Formats: sequence, C-alpha cells, structure tokens
Amino acid sequence: MASQDIVARSATTTVPSSVRNLEEVAKLIDTTKCIGCKACQVACSEWNELRDEVGHNHGTYDNPQDLTAETWTLMRFTEHETDAGNLEWLIRKDGCMHCAEPGCLAACPSPGAIIKHANGIVDFNQDHCIGCGYCITGCPFNIPRISQKDHKAYKCTLCSDRVAVGLEPACVKTCPTGAIVFGTKEDMKEHAAERIVDLKSRGFDNAGLYDPAGVGGTHVMYVLHHADTPKLYAGLPVDPVISPLVSLWKGVSKPLALLAMGAAVLAGFFHYVRIGPNRVEEDELPHGPDPAVHEVDPSVHTYDPKREGRP
Amino acid sequence: MIRKHILRYTANQRTNHWLVAILFFMAGLSGLALFHPALFWLSHLFGGGPWTRILHPYMGVLMFLLFLGLVLRFWRANYFIANDRTWLRRIDRVMVNDEESVPPVGKYNAGQKLLFWTLLLCMLGLLFTGLVIWRAWFSAYFGITVIRWAMLLHALAGFVLILSIIVHIYAGIWIKGSVSAMMHGWVSRPWARKHHELWYREITRDERPDPPLSKKG
Repeated sequence: MASQDIVARSATTTVPSSVRNLEEVAKLIDTTKCIGCKACQVACSEWNELRDEVGHNHGTYDNPQDLTAETWTLMRFTEHETDAGNLEWLIRKDGCMHCAEPGCLAACPSPGAIIKHANGIVDFNQDHCIGCGYCITGCPFNIPRISQKDHKAYKCTLCSDRVAVGLEPACVKTCPTGAIVFGTKEDMKEHAAERIVDLKSRGFDNAGLYDPAGVGGTHVMYVLHHADTPKLYAGLPVDPVISPLVSLWKGVSKPLALLAMGAAVLAGFFHYVRIGPNRVEEDELPHGPDPAVHEVDPSVHTYDPKREGRP
Repeated sequence: MIRKHILRYTANQRTNHWLVAILFFMAGLSGLALFHPALFWLSHLFGGGPWTRILHPYMGVLMFLLFLGLVLRFWRANYFIANDRTWLRRIDRVMVNDEESVPPVGKYNAGQKLLFWTLLLCMLGLLFTGLVIWRAWFSAYFGITVIRWAMLLHALAGFVLILSIIVHIYAGIWIKGSVSAMMHGWVSRPWARKHHELWYREITRDERPDPPLSKKG
C-alpha cells in the first residue's frame, strides 16, 4: 500500500498522512460455517512462504499447538457441551484481529515498526522492528510472536500485499465453505447481519457479531453462535481492551515523566542562578599561607581555637 | 602525622562509583530511547534499535552488580541518626546555603542517605522487573499480567532513578568540592568540617592524641 495510506505509526507523536480516504476493509470469519479443514492455515503458509516446524500431536486437533512467528493463523478447536447435552464443535480461526485501536502499536517503541493503514490493516515492518516484544505486552489478543531466528515480531498481515493490489487475503480465497469472506467493513457487517438472522431462525438465539468496541472495533470479525459467551471459543476475550497497565505505561506517564525530568534539570539550573554554589571559605580554618602545600607545620595546621575543648 | 587534606574516597571506591556512573548513563540513555519516542534517537548511540534492545539489559545487570559494590562499601555510613531528622526539617536552610542553621551530620547528610536508599530500592526494582521483561531469556516464564506490571514498574523505577541522579549530579555541581572528592578522593579540612562535621570530628579524633600546642604547651 502507498505510504500516503499509513494513518497511524508506532512511536510517532505527530499526525501521519490523513488526506486520502480509503474504505475500511474487514475479514469476516463465520465460525458457524467453518468445518476445521485448515485450508486457511495452509494457504497462509503458502502465500507468505512460511514453513513452521512440524510439531507433535498433543491430543487435540490444534496443529500446531499455538501461533508462532511462522504460523500466523491457527484453527483452535473447542468441544462444547450445551445445556441440552448436545456436543458442539466450536472452531475458531485465530490470528491478528487488526484492531482499530491496536495495543501493539501503542506499546511499540520503534518509530514505524508497526503501522496502521487507512483501510484498517495493522502491519508489522520487520525492518524497523527491534525485537523488544512490547507489542506482545500491548496486544489484548495474545497474537504477536517473536521469532527465535531473527528476534523480530511477526503476525498476520491480512495479506496487505494482496489487498494492496485488489486481491482478497489468501485464507479467504482458499476457504472451501465460504466461512471466510472479505470486503469493506460495512459490507461485512451487513453480510454478518444476514447470517445472524439465519442463525437465530435455526435456534441459535445468542448468535451475533464479534466486533469488540473496546479496541475501537476490529478488521477481522467473527460470526459466533454464542456471541454472549465468546470465551467458549478457545478463550476469545469478552471485552478486549488495551490493558490499563499498558495505557498508563505508554500513555500519560511518557510525557509526564519527560516533563518531570526536564523540570528537575531546570530547577537545578535556576537554583544555581538564584542561590548559587555552596563554597567553603578557605579562611574558615586559619592556617598557613599556601593552602595547596601539603606539608605545612602540622600542629599549626589543625589548631582551631573555636573547636578546642569539644568532645 | 596530620595532613592538610582528608581522604574521603579511596581509589577503589572512586573507581566503583564511576563505573556505576558510566553504566548508569549507558543503561539510562538506552532505556530512555525505549521509553519515549522523542528520545528514540538515543538508540543510535548504541548501534541502532536492535542493538539498544540487546545491550540494555546486560548494561543494567552490570550496573546492578557494580552498584552492589557501592552498597557494601557505604551502607553502614547511610544509617540514619537523630540529627538527620532535624536536618531534613530544616532542608530549606540547606537549600539557601545556610548550613550554620542545621545540626552537624556524619559522612553523609540526610539527603544523601535518602538518595542512597532510594537508589538501592530503584536498582532492586529495575533488576527484578527487568528480568521479567527480558524477552531473550526470561519472559517466557511469566504470564502477561505479570509482564505488564513489570513493564510499568520498570519504567517507574527507571524514572525515579533518573530523577534521583539528576538531583545527585546537581548536588555535585552545587556543593563545590564534592565532585573533586569523588574524582581524586581528597577534601579540604574546612570542607569536611562545614558539610560533614560529625564525620570530620571522627576522622580527626585519632589525631588528637597529639593535640595542639596550646593545650600541652
């Protein structure tokens, strides 16, 4: 995407370019249509030229076990028993949510290592990444991973390279059931609303859209059968927000701390200007003519009538 | 034998102090680079962002270890005594260079002692929180909430440390003779008597067996 389309930039306090208007995009993941085939994982791996290490079976369908620097999207499987005793297989494609107010971007100390595009995509620029892991600390969804090969942070790019030339993300293109769709955020919300009506008519009364307002909405959204309890879906946060600890650390404390340090230096300077240095008058102890000479008659040297007789 | 000047700091003590000071500047500047975007340019002093990230924790740990040396050398002299309370209450007199109005203090005045203990607290805080947020080695052993707290407290401890050192440096500029005491070790007798009278008396007590002429005269 063109540099004119970068609307937010990590560790940057001035307003980035904002004259161009780009429609916001979104990826809609319909968990109710997902069959867990992992084609999206493969497509992601292929398009992005990622080859994660082959792991081991840990007794679940999740493979690999977790997101890594080389696995940017991962199907998370949950076996959920409903109150009626039915088994539901909840499958959620995990990955970066592309928050409108990204916690990673807020926490990142390196200018331009994390950028947000006008269309809503949050991208990591590994060339500027210093590998500190602050993005992990800032993310409410536990998404970024630091590579052990190059100590850079990686995550889903929403195929920003494909989207920039008018293609949909690789996972969307490959999804065989149409569970993943891509378009403008408005269109995706509309599409989701239709799906939710359909789901409700089929008895999923709590079906709904996951587009959490706590992070300003996301550019990856879910249709959930149980939108009232997102936790069911492998711990999807109910109300994700940038942690207040992170907001404090990378928010008000930054300018206030700098201000306080500057004020301390200024206070010192003006104390010096107004009160002045504290010098010892050399005649406070009367002694020999040349104070620089060390071997003056010693007895004369320490003699001090004022001090005499003190304990 | 009575000498004109008093040795306030030995060569080992001075070396230890300045090693800590150098590492404070390195760890401090690299930490500030990661703390505020306006100061990210400081990372160029260390070879760029990634190098700053790599080096900062090592510099910090080294600073802590060397600071422990200072603690072992000076902690006894930093115990508070009765006069310190009065001294602190009359800090306003001290600030206007009126040391005659405050009670005599030992090798360190109450301000210096407060600084000493504040530094120790900050150093301990920085060490433990720093280990938690050290991605390369230790972060994997901690949960995200612990890491977030550690991040915040690390920044806070660093902030308090830097403020304290600003005060410390200014005190050195303000009180003439104190920087040279830490540079080459010696202070003049009037200096010692004016700023640290109890210490001066203690140091010179041993000299009294050979008292001034007038007494035994």
